[in-house]
Amino acid sequence: MRALADRSRSLRRAAVSLLLAAALYDSLARSGAFPPALIPTLPTVGRALIDGLLDGSLAAHTLYTLYRVLLGMGLAIAVGLPLGILMGRSRAIEDFFLPLASALMPIPSLAWVPVFILWFGLGNATAIGIVFYAALFPMLLNTWSGVRAVNPIWLRAGRAMGAGARSLFWKVIVPGSSPFVITGLRQAFLRAWIAVVGAEMLAASDWGLGWVIFDAKEFLKADLMLASLVVIGLIGFAFERLVFGSLERATVQRWGMVHAGKD
Amino acid sequence: MRWRAVARTAFPFVVVLALWEIVARLRILPPRLFPTVETIVAAFVRLTASGALPHHAADTVLRLIAGFALAAIAGIAIGIAMGRSRLAEDLALPLVSMGAPIPGIAYAPLFLLWFGLGNVSTVLLVGFVSIFPIIFNTWTGVKAVKEVWVRSALAMGADDRRLFHKVILPGALPYILTGLRLGLAQAWRILVGVEMLAAVPWGLGWMIFGAREFLNTDVMLAGVVVIGTIGLTLENLVFKRLEDFTVVRWGMMT
Repeated sequence: MRALADRSRSLRRAAVSLLLAAALYDSLARSGAFPPALIPTLPTVGRALIDGLLDGSLAAHTLYTLYRVLLGMGLAIAVGLPLGILMGRSRAIEDFFLPLASALMPIPSLAWVPVFILWFGLGNATAIGIVFYAALFPMLLNTWSGVRAVNPIWLRAGRAMGAGARSLFWKVIVPGSSPFVITGLRQAFLRAWIAVVGAEMLAASDWGLGWVIFDAKEFLKADLMLASLVVIGLIGFAFERLVFGSLERATVQRWGMVHAGKD
Repeated sequence: MRWRAVARTAFPFVVVLALWEIVARLRILPPRLFPTVETIVAAFVRLTASGALPHHAADTVLRLIAGFALAAIAGIAIGIAMGRSRLAEDLALPLVSMGAPIPGIAYAPLFLLWFGLGNVSTVLLVGFVSIFPIIFNTWTGVKAVKEVWVRSALAMGADDRRLFHKVILPGALPYILTGLRLGLAQAWRILVGVEMLAAVPWGLGWMIFGAREFLNTDVMLAGVVVIGTIGLTLENLVFKRLEDFTVVRWGMMT
C-alpha cells in the first residue's frame, strides 16, 4: 500500500517535472529574447516532426541511418563474435589479438572519419566502416571475457557426461557466455549509434538523421533539428528496451543465468 | 621472464606494421593515401619539432578538462541531491532519463547554432555528454550507502555536515568514481568529432580533419596515434591513481 502510494506520487511528480520543463522552454521561446529560428516553440517542433513523418522524408532518413547502423553492427558481430570465441579458447590467438584490440579500442571511432573519407570516399562505405569500428571492440572483448568466464566445472561436468567438442561448444560455452555477449551487443549498439550520427554529419552523403541535423544548421532550422533529435532518442531507447530487453528475456533470463531487474 | 612478456605483447604490433609496410610499398593504394610507416613517423617528428602537434594536443586536453570539470561539479551535486531528497529525485529523474539515450554528438549542431562555432560550444557539449553517467552513478552510490552507517553516525552525534563528509561522500565514492570514468570516456569519444564540426583553430580533431583537404594522410595517422595514446593514458593512469589514493586505501575496493 505504502509502496503504491510512493509510486503514484513519483509518477505525479515526474509529470509535473516534464510539464514544468516544457512550459519553461516554451515561455523562453515565446519571450522573444531569442530569435525564434534558434529556439522554436514546442508546437513548431511538433509540427516539424509530424510533417517530416507524414511526407516521408524523416522516415527515409531514419531508414538510411538504420541501414548503416545495422549493416555495420552485423559486420562487427560477424567478425567480433567468432574472433572473441577463438580468443577465449586459444591462448595463442588471445596473445596475438588482445594487445591489438587494447591499443585500438581507446581511439574514438570518429577520429577515423577523415582517414576513412580519403580511403572510401564520402557516403555509405565510410559511415558503415565507422560503425563497424565502433561496434567491433565491445563485441570482441565482451565475447572473449564471456568465454573465459564459463565455469570450468560446467566444462568438466559436460565432458564427464560424454559431451563431444561440438556439443560442449553449443550446449555449454555458448549459453554460458551469453550474458556477456548480450552486454557486448548493448555496448556495441550504444557506440554504433553515436558513431553513425557523427559519421553522417562529417561524411555527409545527403541522407541520414545525422546529416539532417547538420544540414538543418545551415538553414537555421532548429525545429527540424530538435525533431530529428527526438527521433534519434526514441530509436536509441527502443533498441535498448525492446530489442535487447526482449533478447535478454528470451535467452539468459529464461535460462536462469541472470535475474530480472525490478521493472 | 619479463622480456618474454614484452616480446609477446610487441609481436602482434610488429606483424601488423610489417604488413602495413608491405601494402604501402606495393603501392596498391596511392602513397598519398596509404603512406609507409617511415612517412608517418617522419610526420610525427616534424610536427612535434615545429610545436604544432603539442599545441593541438594541449588544446584538446584543455577542452576535455574544462568540460569534464563542469560536468563533474554539476553532476555530483545533482546526483547527491537526487540521492538524498525524494523530491529532487522525482523531479530530475525523468529529465535525466530523457536526455541520456540521445548520443551527445547529435546535439553538436544545435550547440553550434546556440553558442557559436568554437570553444564555448565544444566545452559545453563535452560537459553535457559526460554529465549523464556522473549523475546516474552518483545517485546510485548515495542510495547505496548503508542505512546502518547513517544511523550509527547519527547515534554517535554526527551533524548533517559531518554525516555528509564522513559517511555519505566516502560511502558513495566508488560509484562516483565509476561515473566519472564513464563520463570521461564518453566525453573523449565525442570530443574529437566535435572539434571537426566546430572549426576550432587548434585541436587534434581539427588537425586530422583539416589534413584531409591536403591529402596529408601521414599527418592524420600520426594524429590518430596521438589520440589513441591520450585515451589509453586517461583510462589507465589517471583513474587507477585516483582509485588507489581513495577507495582502495580505505579498503572499500581492492
